Formats: sequence, structure tokens, C-alpha cells
Amino acid sequence: MTLTSGDKQAEASDVERWASLIGGGALVLMGLRQASLRGVLTALAGGGLIYQGATKRSTIQQAQEAIGLNKPIKVEKTVTINKSAEELYRYWHNFENLPTFMKHLKSVKVYNEKRESSGHATRTHWIANAPLGNSVEWDADILEDRENEFISWASVEGADVENSGFVRFRPAPGNRGTEVKVVLEYNPPGGTLTAIFAKLFGEEPEQQIGDELRRFKMLMEAGEIATTEGQPSGRK
Amino acid sequence: MKAVCWYGANEVRVESVPDPKILNPRDAIIKVTSTAICGSDLHIYGGYIPTVQQGDIIGHEFMGEVVEVGQGIETLKVGDRVVVPSTIGCGRCHYCQHDMWSLCDNSNPKGWIEETLFGNVTSAIYGYSHMLGGYAGAQAEYVRVPFADVGVVKVPPDLSDEMLLFISDAIPTGYMGAEFCDIQPGDTVAVWGCGAVGQFAMISAYMMGAEKVIAIDRFPERLEMAKKYAKAEVINYEEVNAGEALKEMTGGRGPDACIDAVGLEAHGVGLEDFYDQTKQKLKLETDRPHVLREMMVACRKGGTLSIMGVYGGFVDKIPFGAAFNKGLTFRMGQMHGQKYMHLLLQLVLDGKLDPSFVVTHQLPLEQAPHGYKIFQQKQDKCVKVVLKP
Repeated sequence: MTLTSGDKQAEASDVERWASLIGGGALVLMGLRQASLRGVLTALAGGGLIYQGATKRSTIQQAQEAIGLNKPIKVEKTVTINKSAEELYRYWHNFENLPTFMKHLKSVKVYNEKRESSGHATRTHWIANAPLGNSVEWDADILEDRENEFISWASVEGADVENSGFVRFRPAPGNRGTEVKVVLEYNPPGGTLTAIFAKLFGEEPEQQIGDELRRFKMLMEAGEIATTEGQPSGRK
Repeated sequence: MKAVCWYGANEVRVESVPDPKILNPRDAIIKVTSTAICGSDLHIYGGYIPTVQQGDIIGHEFMGEVVEVGQGIETLKVGDRVVVPSTIGCGRCHYCQHDMWSLCDNSNPKGWIEETLFGNVTSAIYGYSHMLGGYAGAQAEYVRVPFADVGVVKVPPDLSDEMLLFISDAIPTGYMGAEFCDIQPGDTVAVWGCGAVGQFAMISAYMMGAEKVIAIDRFPERLEMAKKYAKAEVINYEEVNAGEALKEMTGGRGPDACIDAVGLEAHGVGLEDFYDQTKQKLKLETDRPHVLREMMVACRKGGTLSIMGVYGGFVDKIPFGAAFNKGLTFRMGQMHGQKYMHLLLQLVLDGKLDPSFVVTHQLPLEQAPHGYKIFQQKQDKCVKVVLKP
């Protein structure tokens, strides 16, 4: 495919804004639609060439985009947690902990830790609940991992659900703890309606990630996740 | 167990429901010995509080005995006699650690509702809608208390429940309302509403050095109570124009501070009351802000409005120009129970505060529907109903 120069410019400015966002700028996600998160994360972790590859779109993808079937779902949410960045990073970085506060996840397993000698990224295997008792699975690589600051990841080829994201930990001013920002992008599997896909992860992806971060905060601060499930009521 | 459940506007029933269980490590189960019907429960009873669901157990002012503790609780043991604050705070977030317990970040498991409507999540409250957490309430034989290591105060065995119960909610609400007024020598404080919270606000205002407290209500027995126990001067707003009377009683200046102990179901007089009643019934406004309007006009220039009565949604026709041009300060919010309970308990233990005078009715839990009815309709000179499970 060929991009028009307008598209190219839009992508370039999006990349700058993404980079600013990831690097610690205060920009918000809204309006960043041209460049994919995966592409930018890959570019920042591994160089521009990979990013070029990641932006190539097939004719089928273009057709899907034209009728709105293939719109990636991007969500972002920030929460301030009354704990140090070290403590929060340590808990999150043990990816097998994630299902304790991410309700839709069944499990996360770490296959192999990163080895500097081989250049392999840390690879993880994710299993998530899907409607009607089904589950979806995918492998994801850790793209970038800066201690106490930043972790980014992206699913590898062949995933049931193509997705990518990052979490950023930044000290809040005046001993207010740590600002934790999460950005996620899901790409609907080919031919699946966005709405159906969104349901897989709950009614509203934005609310879902908000709830997950709230639960992470409860767990880190209060040591437990507030609940009313299992309490009595007068409902028959 | 038996519990008071809400089924719709003006309909509560005592139902058999399962006993509560420990759900989290920091939980405790309390066997309730006394639980009051709060004026703010009447807002639920009347159907004015959104996100209350049929079958919800209501009630938030209570005390009792610890019967079970979670594995994370080391500060309590079975048999301890405790009073529990109505707002639920985790004790570990930024707000709890700064003694703003009713703004707790972590106690509301359904925070997205409030975040969507109000922009932020505040603390949960027992039995006070799903927006505020959806926790089962305390008008029951047993109640689950989350974060029980920070959320209860132990009390000695030798005082009656009626001396201690209101440390749970009504006294700290009134006390915080008076504290908001930043009372200086010579100050006159006017208090709208002579229910339990209003009475305790008046007593607190005197404790903090107020020169004069003026009580405003329409029920003679409540005004009588304010006169007798809180030493207040009184205004019956059905007999005289409250605004004019306040001016006359304060040398034309207006009160230095005004406390709203009424909230969203305020009654006014004449056309204005008709306007609010009609709009509320048509769901065009959720709250009737009569007291707010009157306070803004009555308060002296540069004075303080302290709002402790509950508001849940939207208000209409607020004279904001009066508030702005007079340079008024607004302070408001759910009370931070955990901040005040030890102090208030000490006042009771030292014999400086006897809150039991507000109790007009003691009923077995089974008679809760009757209690709600007489409290709502102010029958039988009802001011405060205490239920005994």
C-alpha cells in the first residue's frame, strides 16, 4: 500500500505524541488513532525499522478499516497509589500476580526470562476468560522493561487476541505516592465485530481498566480488594 | 438472621436473610445490640437515593459485640463491645491517613458508578446505595464490618447503648458541622433542622465557644428539645419568616455561620416549596435545596455555610450571586467518623456529653416498618428511633 503524505504526517506526529506519553509527558491518548500502539512500542524498544514493518496494512485490513470492523480499541487510565514506585513495579513485574486484580485473566505464565546473551525477550503466556465459559490464549513478549519505571509488552504472531500495552510508574508530587498509567490496545481478530470483541473483556474497556487499576490500588494500599460478593440481601 | 430490607418508596420489611460471612482478612462480624434509624435513612425510605436496589439491607448507625474476626485482625477479639462509624475507611490511603475517612479511596467496590457521576470515588457507607459501595446495612442481627482494625472503637461495658450508639454517626456529624464553622468568640451559629444531628451540632457549637446558637425547625417538640438540652434560641419557620427573625436576633448582621442539618428533603413554605416538591416528584431535580437557599441569604457577609444534611444529586435555583457577593465559605461532606470517635467517647466517659436525650422510641427490630413510618411522618413526637435486634 501507499500512504498519502497527509497520512504520513499524521502518523509522524502521533509517534511523537506517543513517545512523549511513554517518556513521561502529560499528553492523553484521545485522538491518537493513526499509529498503532504496538508499532510505537516496538519502534521505541527496537528501532524504527520494525515500526515501519508494523504499520504495513494488508488489503483486507484496509477493507475492514473502511467499514469500521477493524478499529483497534485503545484505553488508558491513570491512578495514584500511596506506595513507592519500587513496590508497585515489583508486584506488577511478577506477571503471574496480574490475575489477582485483573478479573478477566485466568492465568499468566512466564515461559523464559530474558537472557542478555541470546537477546531473547521475556515471553509470557496469557489465558483470559471469554463468554460462554470459553477462554482465549496468547503469547506476549516484554518489549521494554525499565526497573521501577516502565514495562511494555505486545502479543506475538498467532495470538487469539492481538494486543499490546504499557504500564508506567512515576512519583506523584508531595509524597502522594506513585502515578500508575496503563495504556492498552486490542486489535479485534479478523472479521469479528468490535462490539463483540469488546464484550469479551467486559461491557466497557475503559471501565474495565479503571476497575482493574482500582483493584490494584486497593490490594497495594489496603492489602485486600474491597468486595460485597457473598454478602446477604433480601433479594429472592 | 432478621434484617430490615428496602423494597421501594416507603416500603421496608423485616426479612429472613442469610447471616453475613467474613469475606476479606480485615473483616469482622458484629452482633448488633442497637441500631438507629438515621434521618438520612428517610431519604432512602422515601425513594430519593439513586442506586438503592430492592432487597438491600439498610441502616448505618450501630454498635454491638464482636463475634468473629478475619485472619488480618489483631486489634479485636470475640466479645469486644464496639461502636462502628457509618463511613467505611481503609486506613491506608492518602485520604484516611490525612483523617478524611469519608473520602477513602479503597472501600467502595463499585467505584465506577460514583466516578462516572461525581468524577471521583468516595468512601462506602453501610446500607446506603450501590453507588456508595452496596454494603449490607446494619439494621440486622449481624453485620460484616470491613477494615475492622481501623473501623471500630472499643467501648467499656458499664455505659448503656443509648449513651454510646450515636458516636457511630449522629454525634460526629453534628460535631464536624460545628467544627466547619471555625467558631470565634462572640459568634452566633444558626442550625437548620432539630433532629439528632442538629441537636449535636448545637451542643458542639457551644462546646467550641459559640456565644449564641439559634435552632430552626417547624415541630414544637423538636424546638423544645433544642431549647432544653442544647440551650438554643428557637425559630419556628411556620410561624415567622426565618430569614427576618435571624436578622433581628443578630443585630441585623445575620448569623456568623449556618449549619444545614436537614439535607435534600427540606420543606419550605409557599410557592418556593411547591416549585421544589413538584420538580422533585417529576424527577426534574433530585434534591430540594430550600435550606441552602435560605442559608445563603441569611448568613452574614464573609460567613460560613456548613452542610451536613445529605445531598445526592442536582439542585435548582441556587442564589449563587448572594453567596458570591457576600463572600461566603462553603464546607460540607460526609463525616469522618474515625477522626472524631475517640474524642467523643472521652466526652461521654467524662460526663461532658449525654447524648441519650434524643431517643424518643425504642422498638424491637421486627417493628422497624412502624419506626420508619412514625419517624417519616413525625408522629408521636418521634425524633430518634433505636431498634433492638
